Amino acid sequence: MSIMGTRVKRTEDPRLLTVGGTYVDDVRVPELTGAASVTFVRSPLGHARITGIDASAAQATPGVVAVLTVADIDDLPPPPPPEGPPNDAAPLPLGGVWQEPLLAVDRVRYVGEPVAMVITDDAYGGEDAAELVSVDYEPLPAVVGPEAALAGESLLFPDAGSNIARTAGAPADPAAFDGCEVVVERTISNQRLAPVPMEGRAAAARWADGKLTVWVSTQNPQISRFIMAGAFGLDPDAIRVVAPDVGGGFGAKIGVDRDAILVAWAAKHIGRPVRWAETRSENLVGMTHGRAQRQTVKIGGTRDGRVLAYRLEVVQDTGAYLRLGGFLPFLTSLMAAGPYDIGHVATAYQVVVTNATPINAYRGAGRPEATAAIERAMDLFAAEIGMDPAEVRRRNLVPADKFPYQSPCGARYDTGDYVGGLDKVLAGAGYAELRAEQARRRERGDVVQLGIGVSSYVEITAADADNGETARLEVHDDGSATVYSGSSAHGQGHDTAWAMLVQDDLGIPMDNVTVIHGDTDLIPFGIGTYGSRSLQLGGIAVHRAALDVKDQGRRLAASLLEASEADLELDTERGLWHVRGDPASGRTWAEVARHAGADGLAASVNHTDATPTFPFGSHVAVAEVDTETGKATLVRHVTVDDAGTVLNPVLAEGQRHGGIAQGVAQALLEEFVYDADANPLTGSLADYAAVTATELPSFELLASETPATVNPLGFKGIGEAGTIGAAPAAQSAVIDALSHLGVRHIDMPMTPVRVWAAISETRSPR
Amino acid sequence: MKVTMTVNGRAVAAEVADRTLLVHFVREVAGLTAANVGCDTSSCGSCTVLLDGQSVKSCTVLAAQADGREVVTVEGLASGPDELHPVQQAFRDEHGLQCGFCTPGMVMAAVSLLTENPRPTEEQVRSGLEGNLCRCTGYHNIVRAVLAAAGAMEGMEQR
Amino acid sequence: MIPAPFTYRRAWSVDEALELAGQGGDDAKFLAGGHSLLPLMKLRFAVPEVLIDIGRLGELSFIRDENGSIAVGALTSHHDLATSGLLARELPLLAHAAGCVGDPQVRHRGTIGGSLAHGDPAGDLPAVILALDATLVARGPTGRREVGAAEFFRGLFETALAPGELLTEIRIPKPRDTAWSFQKFTKRAIDWAIVGVAVQGGSVALVNMGPAPLRAAAVEQALAGGAAPADAAAHAAEGTSPVDDINADRGYRQHLARVLVARALAESRTRT
Repeated sequence: MSIMGTRVKRTEDPRLLTVGGTYVDDVRVPELTGAASVTFVRSPLGHARITGIDASAAQATPGVVAVLTVADIDDLPPPPPPEGPPNDAAPLPLGGVWQEPLLAVDRVRYVGEPVAMVITDDAYGGEDAAELVSVDYEPLPAVVGPEAALAGESLLFPDAGSNIARTAGAPADPAAFDGCEVVVERTISNQRLAPVPMEGRAAAARWADGKLTVWVSTQNPQISRFIMAGAFGLDPDAIRVVAPDVGGGFGAKIGVDRDAILVAWAAKHIGRPVRWAETRSENLVGMTHGRAQRQTVKIGGTRDGRVLAYRLEVVQDTGAYLRLGGFLPFLTSLMAAGPYDIGHVATAYQVVVTNATPINAYRGAGRPEATAAIERAMDLFAAEIGMDPAEVRRRNLVPADKFPYQSPCGARYDTGDYVGGLDKVLAGAGYAELRAEQARRRERGDVVQLGIGVSSYVEITAADADNGETARLEVHDDGSATVYSGSSAHGQGHDTAWAMLVQDDLGIPMDNVTVIHGDTDLIPFGIGTYGSRSLQLGGIAVHRAALDVKDQGRRLAASLLEASEADLELDTERGLWHVRGDPASGRTWAEVARHAGADGLAASVNHTDATPTFPFGSHVAVAEVDTETGKATLVRHVTVDDAGTVLNPVLAEGQRHGGIAQGVAQALLEEFVYDADANPLTGSLADYAAVTATELPSFELLASETPATVNPLGFKGIGEAGTIGAAPAAQSAVIDALSHLGVRHIDMPMTPVRVWAAISETRSPR
Repeated sequence: MKVTMTVNGRAVAAEVADRTLLVHFVREVAGLTAANVGCDTSSCGSCTVLLDGQSVKSCTVLAAQADGREVVTVEGLASGPDELHPVQQAFRDEHGLQCGFCTPGMVMAAVSLLTENPRPTEEQVRSGLEGNLCRCTGYHNIVRAVLAAAGAMEGMEQR
Repeated sequence: MIPAPFTYRRAWSVDEALELAGQGGDDAKFLAGGHSLLPLMKLRFAVPEVLIDIGRLGELSFIRDENGSIAVGALTSHHDLATSGLLARELPLLAHAAGCVGDPQVRHRGTIGGSLAHGDPAGDLPAVILALDATLVARGPTGRREVGAAEFFRGLFETALAPGELLTEIRIPKPRDTAWSFQKFTKRAIDWAIVGVAVQGGSVALVNMGPAPLRAAAVEQALAGGAAPADAAAHAAEGTSPVDDINADRGYRQHLARVLVARALAESRTRT
């Protein structure tokens, strides 16, 4: 019986549950014996000139090995010259006017920007010494939020002449909405979030014999190696990057940050290994943030619910420096039309810098923003025409017979059944009964009202499919196997998943399959894990390597059995090669591998023959709102998240749960807030309202598998889908609870004070 | 100052700075790195261990305060490599972990919760874990794991 | 993340604690459960040079029925308060509120004395103590003294405790009116109260409506004058000075106070 699609417990868990994972700060290897500790001195101001740094008191303190500033960095190659418009991905210092330095030079642009490094013999002494480093600042007017950035009264990069780093898209065409009986327009917020992986950023580094070894909490060890190579002007072969266990990433640990580069540089500078693990307060301002878009949606259509035109304008607040924030609105634009068949869709965006933490990928990376916008627009349209929001969606979803569907925004949706997904979730939620309950409470004038939010979404996974992913599979003389994967799990369960694939293809039991990832000495080429790419790229690479090994095995077994290849069968239940009709003739993988000779039995695959895939789904969120206090509580959350073939329902459900939680958290609770002077008001976990178990219900997940056609196993990516569908549904549920009072919109997060303000406004209209 | 405590049944003694936090004593002196530091405002619970049988955030306890006391970490729960504690087994069975960083603290918080309330409702499990943040699982399977462990432990007691 | 260096001292008796405090002067602080003090020290908002650990003073952890009143030792943990059968019978308001403090791990370590001495107006227990008309007993260089709850909370993180004085006991008269309710309004269950209300009979105290916990005097007067609870509650915001912060503005807090007082009064009347 095939193991595909069956519930298999994770092989990762016994170790994690009994001795715990080995995260960077847990690494205890001889190479790091005697490592010094790095503590960063970070800017306490949002925008200021640095007029002086006095490290003398710190340097004079026993136990302080060195205090380093940008002035000490004289041994690295200069950043590359600018190539056209600012690039998006690499967090290296980029040449040109928007350049982000390794350590602040003469200006700081966000609270938390690294200004100096203190190196001490032990970690406890680091904070003491950092307090003694005296930095003189001359405050500059702060730029907080997109409006201030656009107004340009204060510039982060005077040489740039403005705070607008990028502009793209079509100018507004008023004719697009001609013929629309109803047009609704609104400016809404997709607020700034902090990713808060439970493990913050951490790195350790050691140089020996001209070779650099870096342990770093990253989602991409191979890419990190290339970044380091560029930063140090070294051949990549001179660098080894190790990602041990990684305590969550969610996009914020793509590649390496400047802090990790500095840690490696410091080790070189002082001639001694160093370690660094940031505190949570550092993490909340120093690790990149997510989202932060101001969106203007305009939607038009007919009174009977047909949407004819949609326009999305985005101002992306990318924080103080361009990271992926410069690129994310491109993805937002690509997915702007959502799962709907709308004749006329146009998008435009600007990317602006502000005195805030830089923006990078965060679970969904540009696509939650797109879905949140179109879903709000659909609900506003539905409210305007007085139609049920689920019905409006049904009338506009791309029908099942129109796939592959070319979206006017440029994406080609591969497979989907959007109406089927919507119908399934409505049935699963008991939509009609929910509406009836809502009506009863409205009739009674209950204090606690009920709201139902519906969302439909489609999202793009493996957007960078042509970067591919690598796998090497070796079958050993004892019949066991090892997979070397270029993907880099940080909780996704690839060890289990890849072993399942090998067992399914070759009949080698999972218990005999070891999966290795995260060490560039062992796996020099690979991309890593982000963008929900790993199963459809890394998993298919494993599958293809297994098929290659199977072909080799067939030849070897034919030789062993002195039979022709055509007469051979692989019994994948028992892992035996035998002549068809003669099971007793079986040869084990151990025998086959031993027969392979000096080169062994192995296959390496770089799977680049892939294109992006488009998972889809629909969510129903049910919220109760206390209309006297504004407190909103999510009481149910029902989902369809269809990412094609499910390899292991346990893993897929886990990804959906985690994704839903982060989407709901954005809708109801979380926001990273700055005051007018660019000081963070949510700079600790006491103030940043990360969602806890008490704010969430158990989720109701419905199964749906519409396979992809671009790979032989039908996989799409599930990692971010839950987040993308959940936030709009939860937001909508709260607004829906108050729609009978006349509330049409409330910006996320739906905190009690915001909800109360919306309720109050209906009672005292201005 | 000199601090001595029992960690997972073994006496551990060291001369440490007065300000040493219990979590660092456990990690660096006792060499048990499962308990993790996840925050600096006593919010996240990744550092949770048992101190004299009660769950505590070891980042908010001085090693000196635990002098002469008994500490149990997740490494001390299983009675053998193939004999997981029911809570550990339930987390495994229910996929109650992904990246694993919050897990040691979450498991110890669950052990303490079940000691004090052997038959919690789902709501009581959720509020019993309000001091433990997880970013990966959405808590759904963690709650299932704790409820399953409660059932298993009750079954064990009846035997 | 790491406190600034300090010297740790351990007291094995109240007298020794007072002696050590006298030696340390302004630079010394008592350490009970540490869950108010250590978080401040870890962020270096508090930098005492000497910490006097009073956590071993087992004689200060007790809950005793003394006929007309309940005596609670200052080092009684929130967990012990929340799970005490005696308190559940005699002072359910205190037991319930103690069960709302922080999370289970915090409740295992945090003490009532530590919470009260910290004087945080957003804390749950100060308002409860105020509503219960408790008497706080302290011992210091000048001997033993008693302070009424109404005089104890002076302002933001400011109490009537003199330097070197140790809170040892909280004495609470058994309420004549057993109606009680505790309403704690938060964004997340784990959060400090945005606004909270403690009701015992006709006593109404507010959490986080000013620099110190306070009694809702106008509500109490209205009740005493025979007003219906819903009407009395309309006065809840009078005399309060709540702050604006990221969770709430003044107006919203005052609105919440009115709503929560009404709910607290209604709920309390179901518990007579």
